[in-house]
Amino acid sequence: MSLGVEAILVVVAAWLVLGLAGLFALHRFWFVARVLFPAGGALALALAAIALAGLHASAESVVLPIGLPSLPFHFRLDSLSAFFILAIAAVAAGVSAFAAGYFRRGEGTPPGLLCLQYHVFLASMVLVVLADDAYAFMVMWETMALSSFFLVTTNHRIPEIRNAGYLYLLIAHIGAIGILLCFGVLQADTGDYTFANLRAQQLEPFWASVAFLLALFGFGAKAGILPLHVWLPEAHPAAPSPVSALMSGVMLKTAVYGFLRITYDLMPTQFWWWGVVVLAVGLATALFGVVFAAIQVDMKRLLAYSSIENIGLIFAGIGLAILFSSFGMQPMAALALTAALYHVLSHAFFKSLLFLGTGAVLHATSERSLGKLGGLIRTMPWVAWVSLIGALASAGLPPFGGFVSEWLLLQSFLFAPGLPTAFLNMLVPAVAALIALVAALAGYTMVKFFGVIFLGQPREEKLAHARDAGGWERIGMVWLAGASVLLGVLPVQVIALIDAVTGQLVGTGLGPVVSRSGWLLVPVDIERASYGPAIFLAGVALGFGLAYAFVRQLYHGRTRRAAPWDCGYPWQTPRMQDSAEGFGQPIRQIFEPLLRVQRELPRAGDAQPRYRVSVGDHFWYWLYQPVALVVERAAGIVGLLQQGRISVYLLYSFLTVIGILVWVTR
Amino acid sequence: MTLTGIASQILEVVAALALAPLLSGWVSQCRAWLQNKSAPSLLQPYRTLHKLFNKDSVLADRASSLFRAAPYIVFGCMALACGIVPTLSTELPLSPAADAIALVGLFALARVFISLAAMDVGTAFGTLGARREMLIGFLAEPALLMVLFTASLISQSTSLTTIVETLAHRELAIYPSLALAGVAFTIVSLAENARVPVDNPATHLELTMIHEALILEYSGRHLALLEWAAALKLFAYSAIGLALFFPWGVAEAESPLALLLAAPVLVLKLGIGGAFLAALETVSAKMRIFRVPEFLATAFLLAVMAMLTRILLGA
Repeated sequence: MSLGVEAILVVVAAWLVLGLAGLFALHRFWFVARVLFPAGGALALALAAIALAGLHASAESVVLPIGLPSLPFHFRLDSLSAFFILAIAAVAAGVSAFAAGYFRRGEGTPPGLLCLQYHVFLASMVLVVLADDAYAFMVMWETMALSSFFLVTTNHRIPEIRNAGYLYLLIAHIGAIGILLCFGVLQADTGDYTFANLRAQQLEPFWASVAFLLALFGFGAKAGILPLHVWLPEAHPAAPSPVSALMSGVMLKTAVYGFLRITYDLMPTQFWWWGVVVLAVGLATALFGVVFAAIQVDMKRLLAYSSIENIGLIFAGIGLAILFSSFGMQPMAALALTAALYHVLSHAFFKSLLFLGTGAVLHATSERSLGKLGGLIRTMPWVAWVSLIGALASAGLPPFGGFVSEWLLLQSFLFAPGLPTAFLNMLVPAVAALIALVAALAGYTMVKFFGVIFLGQPREEKLAHARDAGGWERIGMVWLAGASVLLGVLPVQVIALIDAVTGQLVGTGLGPVVSRSGWLLVPVDIERASYGPAIFLAGVALGFGLAYAFVRQLYHGRTRRAAPWDCGYPWQTPRMQDSAEGFGQPIRQIFEPLLRVQRELPRAGDAQPRYRVSVGDHFWYWLYQPVALVVERAAGIVGLLQQGRISVYLLYSFLTVIGILVWVTR
Repeated sequence: MTLTGIASQILEVVAALALAPLLSGWVSQCRAWLQNKSAPSLLQPYRTLHKLFNKDSVLADRASSLFRAAPYIVFGCMALACGIVPTLSTELPLSPAADAIALVGLFALARVFISLAAMDVGTAFGTLGARREMLIGFLAEPALLMVLFTASLISQSTSLTTIVETLAHRELAIYPSLALAGVAFTIVSLAENARVPVDNPATHLELTMIHEALILEYSGRHLALLEWAAALKLFAYSAIGLALFFPWGVAEAESPLALLLAAPVLVLKLGIGGAFLAALETVSAKMRIFRVPEFLATAFLLAVMAMLTRILLGA
């Protein structure tokens, strides 16, 4: 018998010890950065190894006598949780290594406290995934929300960051209420909140649908699903970059985990319209996210919107899987689910990598605005080249990780015409078209991201003195970049891992078919579709190499350096390059109905003409602001009760006592 | 994978490399004829390539290594694309490595690299070209994918060789879905290959250029590779068009004789296709850049309609 759960709990406990050690070394910067964070990274590696071993092992559970007397914590390790722990731990290893070199003295929260928050955050994410009763789940979920809130507000002296943290906390709790109510529905008046009991309940269709919608709402709030996404582009950029990397890369995935756990594991049946809802919401989120990402001018906000897009794609995959499994088409459901889980993995790595890259840029230049960056590939080659890998993976280009998941997703859409309902079949082209559009727009966004930051001429003088990332930061980034490449080149081996999860959730997997064809990824049948990224990469590399060799052999390799040509215009300045706004302008124009664009145009007689355009979010104006207004009014009315004088409060107490007496003696 | 398979694979790539400049030359010759101009020689593209390869490469003094690597990457991508699309034979060992979706991804990879390289030097025209190229790319790519999906739905496969084999063995008739997809594909390939209504390969007029703005800073061997890659791209697109809409004459058995027979058929089809492209370019006028999204959105819509026709009507 393996001791998977116990081993994981030991690692988690060790993380907490590291965090507490930080508390005792509150201002000893060197100790915290160079000892505690690398140790945390090493523990994460160990955790990843344990999770890898637990992926194909049978489920095992353990009951810990902590918490309330009659409510012990249940933990259980099955394939689904092992898969998500693997993603969390593997990303955390890279981020911890990066963090060892990242944090600087004298920035907001003292380093020791930061270390505690960071490790509590990691531990709570792992325990959320491991929890086997609603009670433990909610406790860990809240710990995760609170620890990440404190991490977001690390630089709490800046008002915008405090506001972002507040918004994050608010929506996290609105979501948590949804999840709590969902568990309440699922337990069906038995009063027993262990997942084993929830699984055993047979809900009526109505209540099952209520639970499903509550889960979608609750986990959607954490994942940044439309229209609960507004906190994400505020909170993720506000946090220090390693924390942004964890939040975008990993924390959003705990919401995906929770949603899968409830819809697939805890509820026995599914209805086809659930799949349609998730699919529609996911696609809308993806399109919305990518359009907003393309027009951002702040590099971390751009990445945050791109996370919304990727989460949308993951949910679209899950929706399709639900659709298939509700019609009993398990192999197709396994394909769609594999696509979603593959994207969970690849997004975890490339998005963390990109956030770490922005962190390195931020430290080297103290600029977040794309309009003040440029040309960093010459001063920061390490960061630039690893970020290029992340950007290409994020753009969904072969042979990187992002492409494999998009490929699988599109493959599963091509099977959708086999669905028994004509209405659903009609949706297929629209859905596939949207996915293709989102993927192509992601390419646009990533060219903008990478091109404006790292290529071209520096837009500011000080960028010439930017220094490349240090050793620890490089280790962290290379780890994540390497994983992104491996995910792209070895899909067969990765799918063998995912297989355990799809086997658990939908009862079948792609594994047997996929592993038969060696280097080729064949989801169903070689005649039907296949993709061999290793051969693909070798083909491009061969073309590259042969072209290089032939040019050198037959001709020459002479090169001269001169001033840029630029159609013969000699007075070029860095400001003549496209700014971030300029590069996003076509998108803003084409997708204007999706955006809330406000323009201030100068008049003919203006002495100092100003042209200003601001882009807002329709949801913020049409949904959040009215709700906030109503809440504020209601609070104002309730506030009338509070007069601030002791005699009034005594009167309230008196009236209450009278009221109770009347009610009791009635 | 057999010896004949490998031989036909190599033959196909070599044929593409050799014939691609000829196809570009043929198109410009047809265009010149139609416009009552005296035409350059058919071999002019080869001479241009030879001349460029012989010249020194003049690099901008701040160009990074990405700028120098990009022409080779783009060339490698296009050569691979030509190796994947079945032109001479459907027995291609490389074909299982990349299906229709991966082919679109391959084009996207090349596009991203050439756009990044254009942004590298940091000139006004370079970034302008990169922005416009990505704009056209993100509109054309989904449309192309939808066209390929329509064919995939017919053949129940995204593998290009299977698509060609299935389509070649269907009853000879006009299929509405393929007709719609054909119009969409024509629009997409005009846009993707920098052809007239969208871009003009024969101009350096600053305000309108797209492809030329991208490669403005390149010279010598790098420019030669990019020009060759552009020719290969035109060849690959023509090959996709022929594979989807005129799939007859491609060798299916692994026999040298069939290959021998397929070669003249391919040249003939490409010749007609090139003349058609030249005619299209001659009768249309270059459109403003802001009209291009509408133009490509039409293609996108047509392709989606093609898919709907296929799914709902089975036609």
